[in-house]
Amino acid sequence: MKLLTCRNLCLGYEHVSVLSDLNFSLDAGSYLCIVGENGSGKTTLMRTILGLQSPLSGEIIWENGTRRMEIGYLPQQTSIQRDFPATVWEIVLSGCQGRAGLRPFYNREEKELARASMDRTGVTVLKDRCYRTLSGGQQQRVLLARALCAARSVFLLDEPVSGLDPNATREMYQLIEKLNQDGMTILMISHDIGAALRYATHILHAGSKVFFGTVDDYIASREKEGILPPLTRAEIRKEA
Amino acid sequence: MEMLTAYLAFPFVRYALIVGVLIALCSSLLGVTLVLKRFSFIGDGLSHVAFGAMAIAGVLNLTDDMLFVLPFTVLSAILLLRTGRHTRIKGDAAIAMISVGALAIGYLLLSLFSASTNLSGDVCTTLFGSTSILTLTIGEVRLCIILSAAVILLFFLFYNKIFAVTFDEEFASAVGTRAEAYNLLIAVIIAVIIVLAMNLVGSLLISALIIFPAMSAMRVFQSFRSVTICSAVLSVSCSLIGILASILASTPVGSTIVVADIAAFLIFSLIARFKGGVRS
Repeated sequence: MKLLTCRNLCLGYEHVSVLSDLNFSLDAGSYLCIVGENGSGKTTLMRTILGLQSPLSGEIIWENGTRRMEIGYLPQQTSIQRDFPATVWEIVLSGCQGRAGLRPFYNREEKELARASMDRTGVTVLKDRCYRTLSGGQQQRVLLARALCAARSVFLLDEPVSGLDPNATREMYQLIEKLNQDGMTILMISHDIGAALRYATHILHAGSKVFFGTVDDYIASREKEGILPPLTRAEIRKEA
Repeated sequence: MEMLTAYLAFPFVRYALIVGVLIALCSSLLGVTLVLKRFSFIGDGLSHVAFGAMAIAGVLNLTDDMLFVLPFTVLSAILLLRTGRHTRIKGDAAIAMISVGALAIGYLLLSLFSASTNLSGDVCTTLFGSTSILTLTIGEVRLCIILSAAVILLFFLFYNKIFAVTFDEEFASAVGTRAEAYNLLIAVIIAVIIVLAMNLVGSLLISALIIFPAMSAMRVFQSFRSVTICSAVLSVSCSLIGILASILASTPVGSTIVVADIAAFLIFSLIARFKGGVRS
């Protein structure tokens, strides 16, 4: 079942095109990793898919009525957030803002959803802790819980493991894998090509030469070009 | 104490206290958001714009300054926030330019066209609000009460949205919150507060009213809600103490309030250090 189709998409800022002629479609339940050099337009693509900026040309089609406010989004952390005086609970609950609409306060159902989201990412014990006193991995899991409050079927993540230590990184990947197994479609920007090949079903390589396809096709195409992936498929499975 | 009760019998002292408390409350509510969004200096910039607007109003011989100063400042606030992103002139530079520009033009206009014999006295009053709080008319007090009530109501209704937009604008827009609209709302509210606060502390010291209570509260408290509440309580107490102290000791009102705010900040910093663990 198709979920998302991008047709002849051109992306960029004010006439400066970053990515052009992008065509791909994604089935519900897929796990797409977007890889590529810095400045290749990965984040621009994600912002465009989210509707935060409009494409220069082309179109993005959501099938079967997925609406913007039903997408979970984990942006990169900003400097503002690192020393923000707010409790974990306040932050997770703010994930329900899309559901609440113009209603000024959150209702019982939304609070229940926030509690359930905290359970899923294992931050319930941190509920009353201040965000700025948490470790990087804990902060990321709090933001994941917030995004879960908004997500119904699609999850977009912008470099979710950047700056995390190996343990926190592994936990984060496991959480995302779990979400995918529960039926969530995942779109993730990553610099970690090894993890992309290990967890994803599809790869989008942004750059001057765009690749889109399954992980196996990606490895094959890279081998054909003489750029071998760091690990072969079998080795990747063994390690995971 | 007797002296104080004697003073409280005068209506102008009561007006000053009412206006002082309301303005302190409003400015501290928005202060937390402004400090966290790295917009601390927008208060400074806008207050200078308001000074420039007042000078223009004076030159034009308008009967009611407010009717000109308020829309002018609101408009500047909107423009300043607009220039914040996606433009060649970055936010902080834009604020600095507008702030200094408005101050210079305001003073130039006053010295060119003012009929007053005591120009430096007038300018000093506008900048430091030395006595204007004690010469409020009942009309000004009413206006202040209405606008403050509107600010407090808006803040209360949009508290969760303001928190969401302050913490993470990207996420807020992604899930369908109109972050731009809320930024605009914040800008308009802050402009209203600044115009009101000019009567209290004058345009140079308004930033103190916005920043100090928020900074003090953020040193000690850990949740957005407790920071907001503490900041409001602190700001109101400092203003009350400042106004009363200035009446008793015949010091300038604005400066006395700001000194009270500074003292509170130092005390809170000490508490934070004593408790340990809280980063600034």
